[in-house]
Amino acid sequence: MRRRCTHVTSRLLLIFGMAASVSAQTVDGNWTMAAHDPASTRYSPLEQISPANAGRLSLAFSFTTGVTHGHEAAPIVAGDTLYLMTPFPNVVYALDLTRPGAPVKWKFEPHPNPGSQGAACCDVVNRGAVYADGKVVFATLDNQVIAVDANTGNELWRTRLGDIDRGETITMAPLVVKDKVLVGNSGGELGVRGWLTALDLRSGHTAWRAYSTGPDKDVLIGPGFRPHYAGDRGADLGVKTWPPEAWKIGGGNVWGWISYDAELDLIYYGTGNPGPWNPEQRPGDNKWTSGIFARRPDTGEAIWFYQWSPHDLHDYDGVNENVLLDLPLGGATRKVLLHPDRNGYLYVLDRASGEVLSADPFAYITTTEGVDLASGHLKYNAKKEPRSGEVVRDICPASPGAKDWQPSAWSPRTRLLYLPHQNLCQDASTYETSYIAGTPYVGADVKMKPGPGGHRGEFSAWDPLARQKRWSIREDFPVWSGALATAGDVVFYGTMDGWFKAVDARSGALLWKYKTASGIVGQPVSYRGPDGKQYVAVLAGVGGWAGSIVAGGLDARDATASLGMVNAMKDLPKASPPGGMLYVFSLP
Amino acid sequence: MSSACLERCGLMTALGLFSLTLQAANVPPLRVCADPDNLPYSHADGSGFENRIAELLARQLGRPLQYFWLPQRRGFVGKTLGAGECDLLMGVPADLERVLTTRPYYRSAYVFVTKATDDAPLRSFDDPRLATLRVGVQLVGNDLAATPPGHALVRHGAVQRVTGYTVFGDGPAAQRMLRSLAEGELDAAVVWGPQAGYFAQRMGQPMSVQLAPRPADTPEPFEYAIAMGVTCANTALRDALNEAMAQRRDDIDRILRDYAVPRTDLAAQGTEARP
Repeated sequence: MRRRCTHVTSRLLLIFGMAASVSAQTVDGNWTMAAHDPASTRYSPLEQISPANAGRLSLAFSFTTGVTHGHEAAPIVAGDTLYLMTPFPNVVYALDLTRPGAPVKWKFEPHPNPGSQGAACCDVVNRGAVYADGKVVFATLDNQVIAVDANTGNELWRTRLGDIDRGETITMAPLVVKDKVLVGNSGGELGVRGWLTALDLRSGHTAWRAYSTGPDKDVLIGPGFRPHYAGDRGADLGVKTWPPEAWKIGGGNVWGWISYDAELDLIYYGTGNPGPWNPEQRPGDNKWTSGIFARRPDTGEAIWFYQWSPHDLHDYDGVNENVLLDLPLGGATRKVLLHPDRNGYLYVLDRASGEVLSADPFAYITTTEGVDLASGHLKYNAKKEPRSGEVVRDICPASPGAKDWQPSAWSPRTRLLYLPHQNLCQDASTYETSYIAGTPYVGADVKMKPGPGGHRGEFSAWDPLARQKRWSIREDFPVWSGALATAGDVVFYGTMDGWFKAVDARSGALLWKYKTASGIVGQPVSYRGPDGKQYVAVLAGVGGWAGSIVAGGLDARDATASLGMVNAMKDLPKASPPGGMLYVFSLP
Repeated sequence: MSSACLERCGLMTALGLFSLTLQAANVPPLRVCADPDNLPYSHADGSGFENRIAELLARQLGRPLQYFWLPQRRGFVGKTLGAGECDLLMGVPADLERVLTTRPYYRSAYVFVTKATDDAPLRSFDDPRLATLRVGVQLVGNDLAATPPGHALVRHGAVQRVTGYTVFGDGPAAQRMLRSLAEGELDAAVVWGPQAGYFAQRMGQPMSVQLAPRPADTPEPFEYAIAMGVTCANTALRDALNEAMAQRRDDIDRILRDYAVPRTDLAAQGTEARP
């Protein structure tokens, strides 16, 4: 009970962005959800590790998962137990933090259908579990949501939400809001219609499902829907902005992050790219894809929507994190959300209304020429539109975007958003005959390559008040790990060639680094152990879309493999072998 | 093409040599990778035309026939030939770069399918009716890529009433499209020839199947030569298959005719199909 109380307190403090001076005795040392808190700050209030002592960090313990696909999950800590989740076959481990070496307390094997591996577009990843009300809740690749008892690992319920035979999978970390488990589906590359589903935390029964395309009744749009921009108003736009029937395979999958503002009682989440077949064949804005919904958690009722990339042409999913902050803007404190999108813009939105307050490029962009704040419209550059049968070079950002799913972190102390991202462009060039299900066609030959500067990744500190980068670290490979900010003013991230790094939150100066056996695409977290010390934990194990050349054993000579990513990542197998390992660090 | 093949498939060389050694020792089976449920090509019960041709060629080569079954989805070539599960894919486009191909054994094209009761069947993408008809097209590949007629439809103003059929569903997309046509939910379908010919005969009503000529403004090919594919190093098997196909040419043609495969190589059969 005490833990619940302190947890709620710290959540509120974080939402208001004022957690800076909370003393170590009162702050919650847990990390119960992937983003740390419902505002998605990934900010730990722990402050033992500082720029002065970070150089003395050392390995406290490690744990091998025995799985070699991309480990994108955040470890979860509740009380004296650390919970971690592997990629397919989605095994969950509970480690006892009170005993030396953190031995396994229990292990849960959900045995997902092996067929689901073939349906996943970009490696068989999972982004983690969530702890709530004495339960550990997670989703499996084959579309099951499962709750187990956090103490015993005994299964409490499991609910199947989708069908792998239609190309549907789940890779995201669920979020628990009040008494609901929220989770959405993946599969846009295969024409899967996107949805977010709420399950009752106690029973696992479905409470509501909100689709991202189709008639208003499916999208849960009713009289309470008040989007800020006129273009988002009107009946059944999820049908009318598509050719007939196309919305049924329209994508808009919900595979990223969900945030929650308890005061406004609104959840926020992004939708994936529209059903990807030939954009010429789906004229219209293709609502409600590549945008953001605000909804009531109890009913799913939509309150507002904004479309980052109307009629998306470049595979710019809109699912990246939405960090909820209260910022002084224009002389008043405003409730905003920060969203670094795949399309390359860092958006600041009024989170009560959905109005775009600013949208500034944080990466090199050729596909668009800014956001018109009056209409909210993204201004496309017609020269970079893909056209069948033509060569289009230097499409920037490339399909994974200026930044993909890998979540940023916010420090209320520095007022900076720490962004792991990539610097990739692509050429859509030659065509090659392919043959699926006995049907010949010509596939677009998409080859990704480094953007200007020749580096493929960056770790940047963005100042949302000044609307510019404060500092930026260039990395050879895309920075595909999450970011972690701490009250000690140390920020952590990992690289695909296997360096886990601590940098000074104010200057970006490298304080410490540690070489892991495999590259890092996971989400670092920080917690207070039973001994009162601050720990930093991260899963290593290269993979995911960017790392599939290692985890999937793809042929480096097939430039278009894994949707064109392999061309940009040919040297990764030399830099990092596959693997799966939890690393936990602390001061001596 | 063979140099691209060698570059891409160099890894398979060792594997190919290994199977050659086995062949010398005794008579190894002819291992075919095929989709267990993808008529008219193949089925686990042996009822597809590729099954029939595989039996024919195995007999001709004096080798027992063995199957490795896998649905033909993403990664099919890599998980079958590439993984050493078999020696042979029965039907691939003759210019597929990832495998070593035999001589093509038939050539087909995308076709318009309409009900035979319609006054004038569709024959061209310039037909002004296309803009108002309800048309079905197949969607395949990694990103539900449009088949070549999908691109052509857009360029000829047919957008608003076009429905895409994905590889996911109850039965092959071509079968679902022609069923929709038979039930009056579509007015026309643009389908890959072999599938159109086969399913058009099984809808319980007469259907018109007309070659769809590629319009000048669409660069994608509409006509494809189909060959068999082996691993890049396996020139011995390719040569043996080429010879067996030449010897059983008439039987292969008969099988293709039994399955109503629309051919674009028949006029000059002796030369075109065996370049």
